[in-house]
Amino acid sequence: MLDKIGIVKPVAHQSNAAILEVTDLTVAYNGTRALDDVSFRLEAGERVAVVGPNGAGKSTLFKVIAGVLEPTEGEVRVAGCSPRGHICIAYVPQRTDVDWAFPVTVEDVVMMGRFAKLGLLRRPGREDRDLVRRCLETVDLTAFARRQISELSGGQQQRMFIARALAQEAQLMLMDEPLSGLDIPAQDRILEILDELRGSGVTVVVATHDLNQAADFFDRVLLLNHTLLGIGRPAEVFTAANLQHAYGGHLRLIKTPEGLMMVDDTCCGGGR
Amino acid sequence: MAGWLEVLVAPLRYAFMVRGILAAVMVGVVCALVGTYMVLRGMAFLGDALAHAILPGIAVGYIVSGGARQPIFWWAMGTGVVTALGIGAVAKSAHIKEDTAIGIIFSGMFALGIALISTMRSYAVDLAHFLFGDVLGVSPTDLWLTALVGGLVLATVLLFYKEFLVLSFDPVLAETLRLPAGVLHYLLLILIALTIVVSLQTVGVALMVAMLTTPAATGYLLTRRMGPMMAIAAVIGALSGVVGLYLSYYVAIASGAAIVLVCTAIFLVALVFSPRRGLLWGWLQGRAG
Repeated sequence: MLDKIGIVKPVAHQSNAAILEVTDLTVAYNGTRALDDVSFRLEAGERVAVVGPNGAGKSTLFKVIAGVLEPTEGEVRVAGCSPRGHICIAYVPQRTDVDWAFPVTVEDVVMMGRFAKLGLLRRPGREDRDLVRRCLETVDLTAFARRQISELSGGQQQRMFIARALAQEAQLMLMDEPLSGLDIPAQDRILEILDELRGSGVTVVVATHDLNQAADFFDRVLLLNHTLLGIGRPAEVFTAANLQHAYGGHLRLIKTPEGLMMVDDTCCGGGR
Repeated sequence: MAGWLEVLVAPLRYAFMVRGILAAVMVGVVCALVGTYMVLRGMAFLGDALAHAILPGIAVGYIVSGGARQPIFWWAMGTGVVTALGIGAVAKSAHIKEDTAIGIIFSGMFALGIALISTMRSYAVDLAHFLFGDVLGVSPTDLWLTALVGGLVLATVLLFYKEFLVLSFDPVLAETLRLPAGVLHYLLLILIALTIVVSLQTVGVALMVAMLTTPAATGYLLTRRMGPMMAIAAVIGALSGVVGLYLSYYVAIASGAAIVLVCTAIFLVALVFSPRRGLLWGWLQGRAG
């Protein structure tokens, strides 16, 4: 009955289960398959880049893992259970999907991460406010706590969402193109923060367009174009055949003295 | 000095004016709070539709009771809640676009309401009351009902403040936090329906959407946080009620229209002069840059 009206009791994590296990996952909208028979597993604390062209199903994959979309076939298990039983999955939206004029301050948004633990009807207390302050310190936004969210730069906006995921005490962080449209220093700052979080055992999954960045900063890469084309260390996955398969006409392969260079697709939604 | 005092006190010598002012203040506050969520979630059209769709409920209540107020109130409330849930369901099953579906339902229901009322002898007067309100005809019982239902809406809005905040700002977050997003959405629709029903007598069906959206939109222009936005909207809603009634007393214009005109005037002032979000600010920034 509780489940019917949508009140969820968070399930305990099974210590022997992978943090994320995706099995034969298919998601279809009106008969078109956004994801087709995708299977993989992630271990706790990994940092994984999800790479693929626009419309490859990256956002769909994230939304199914977050438990926002239901799979058409197959299943997703987070720490051994359905994602809908968890409050430890943080989904960081693309910046273009956020209403930045919404009347909230930075600390208001980070505090939203506490609401699942608080439960219905309870108000945030001193401990919650302390935690929010620490989360803002971690991402270096203390000075911006009381700003309205539209006053932040793109990189700061992204860091605010990382702080919200920390306030949520997320074990699995799904970030939908957090680096798109940011300048290089802002991108580096975010990668640095993700590096600092490595110690806390949070699993971070990042959708990105930048193949070089994916190769340089992530433990493993997952190459997606509706079907799973490869998952593993960047050198194993980014083969000419795989990339050609994923990007087709969008990809330019350029021979240089140092070897084969690839230029990825022209797109980059989310810039501002 | 004494002259000004007299201007303020004179209307209060009439009990119907006092009741009208009390009703307008309560309605102004409740509309502003619920309206805040409607403005932030882009539900103004839905609110307008819901207000119009309640008309057949009012008409049936009127016909079965022979004009007594209380049955009309309950019939309107029943129709409002059922329509709110119906619109919520229509929005989900997307055979046609949501706003088209809402448009069809609301004009159909509105026509049915007018058809029913046109069977009555006192057609024109009654229709005018339902469409544009009759705040000076508020009875003590009406006042109690308004306080009761309005208080219920107010308590619910405050109780679920943080849940409605998340749902409005980031529905995907609401889902990942496992808040009962569907239940909350329907709860908000029901709150809107109840608010419309308690406000019927003050501004009527046709002007309802102004009370729901204009004060909230003004609050949006003047602040950067949702709590203060609600507070400012509530003050503007209440103030418009009072000023509007004085205006209608002295200038002899329809009370509902006077209240809405005051709301609109305050909004226009905020639109031009608001810091950060106002037109003047934008113009000055443009020149400075």
